Amino acid sequence: MSEIPGDLKFLKSHEWARLEDGGVVRVGISDHAQGQLGDLVYVELPAVGDAVQSGNACAVVESVKAASDIYSPVSGTVVEVNEILADKPETINEDAYGEGWIFAVKMANPEDMEALLDPDAYAELLEEDAH
Amino acid sequence: MPETTVLNSVHRALGARMVDFGGWDMPIGYGSQIEEHHAVRGDAGMFDVSHMTVVDLRGSGVRAFLRHLLANSVDKLGVAGKALYSCMLDASGGVIDDLIVYFLDDDYFRLVVNAATRDKDLEWIRKNASSFHVTVEHHPELAMIAVQGPNARSKAASVLPVVLRERSLALKPFSATREGMLFVARTGYTGEDGFEITLPVSEAVAFWRQLQDAGIRPCGLGARDTLRLEAGMNLYGQDMDDQTTPFEAGLAWTVSLDEGRDFIGRSALEAQRRNGVPRQMIGLVLDEKGVLRHGQVVHTACGVGEVLSGTFSPTLGKGIAFARVPAGDPGAVSVEIRGKSVPVRVVKPPFVRNGQPCAGILIAVQG
Repeated sequence: MSEIPGDLKFLKSHEWARLEDGGVVRVGISDHAQGQLGDLVYVELPAVGDAVQSGNACAVVESVKAASDIYSPVSGTVVEVNEILADKPETINEDAYGEGWIFAVKMANPEDMEALLDPDAYAELLEEDAH
Repeated sequence: MPETTVLNSVHRALGARMVDFGGWDMPIGYGSQIEEHHAVRGDAGMFDVSHMTVVDLRGSGVRAFLRHLLANSVDKLGVAGKALYSCMLDASGGVIDDLIVYFLDDDYFRLVVNAATRDKDLEWIRKNASSFHVTVEHHPELAMIAVQGPNARSKAASVLPVVLRERSLALKPFSATREGMLFVARTGYTGEDGFEITLPVSEAVAFWRQLQDAGIRPCGLGARDTLRLEAGMNLYGQDMDDQTTPFEAGLAWTVSLDEGRDFIGRSALEAQRRNGVPRQMIGLVLDEKGVLRHGQVVHTACGVGEVLSGTFSPTLGKGIAFARVPAGDPGAVSVEIRGKSVPVRVVKPPFVRNGQPCAGILIAVQG
């Protein structure tokens, strides 16, 4: 498994969030999550301009095996979606923490980030799940 | 604790992701399920199917027994080694299981039935066999490996014992040959050519490694599921069960209403045919992006039905499914996916055979 980048925060449901300039948070799923799902074949993206609530489902990733809701780690407005995934959903399998990002949100409440797990806490969660 | 096959530790050493499959701890895949799928369509893959149940039937009354037990007619099996696909029905015509029956000798037939239905199948077979003086032997000491793909037979034959090599390569589709406990059948569940090889569990690990060395890729049950659905093959428990007759499950071709044969479920099937079969199974292709899944609601001109087996077809790059819907011309059909109604195309399975999309599967009908 690839190392968890130190600049990310996580939801227990395996979404990652990366705070960028201007209060924009980029969102994807963890490398662990893509491994569990297997080959991704379809991603249903939100629309730019959609209002999202932290903890609410706003995208869907589907592997051959199963469909899985993607929850937004923060509240705000969707400002960008990863159009590449429409034709190449496997990008998430190949680079979950980079090219495989799913959408970006302009945060409404900066404190939303503080409620998320840091990389060590997320790594611990994965440890516990493995036992 | 789930049951395990003799190859369990081999799967784990290969890095397989293991899942509970009908009470068995089985590999769903060893890496990319889609790559495993393409390996079978384009070259050769192998599956541990040792969870399948092998039942040998012996006795002078065995043919008469099978004429009574099975909805398809073993009268079609005239040459030793020939195989037949059939449903085993209850008195009301519901499918207890689907199986393959091999004619091996005048007083010796072999059944291969599903793993998840093993106990009820054995109970049913034994109960009905008693009046025919047929012995019923279950063989848990046998393992089974399916090798499938355009190059599977030649690669597998290279590691078969010399005595079986020529005979195996000479097999016609849906027939088998044997030597001692080693049993080679030209059958499968993928829509590709290949063998299903039954052998003693004590020999299975070494044989698996030889097959791998011969260039056959280990594949999991995940790929097996997308391959068999593309090939238009039913999965028991998902596409039919004891609440479904073969006529409602796209299996009318497996029912032989031949003159004077009194098989279990026959009168119920004949009554259903007289009164009209209320439901039908159809194939669906989703031309839009997305995946068809078990349980999705299907809307047709004749009413509502549901998706049975549904998946993403790696060969077609589209969602495909079987659905059970009310009888009659379904008209324009749509499937509800996460609250949205999405149009789908009704097709006649199979979707894929021998590596290629079947006629009419990829051509969108203008309407």
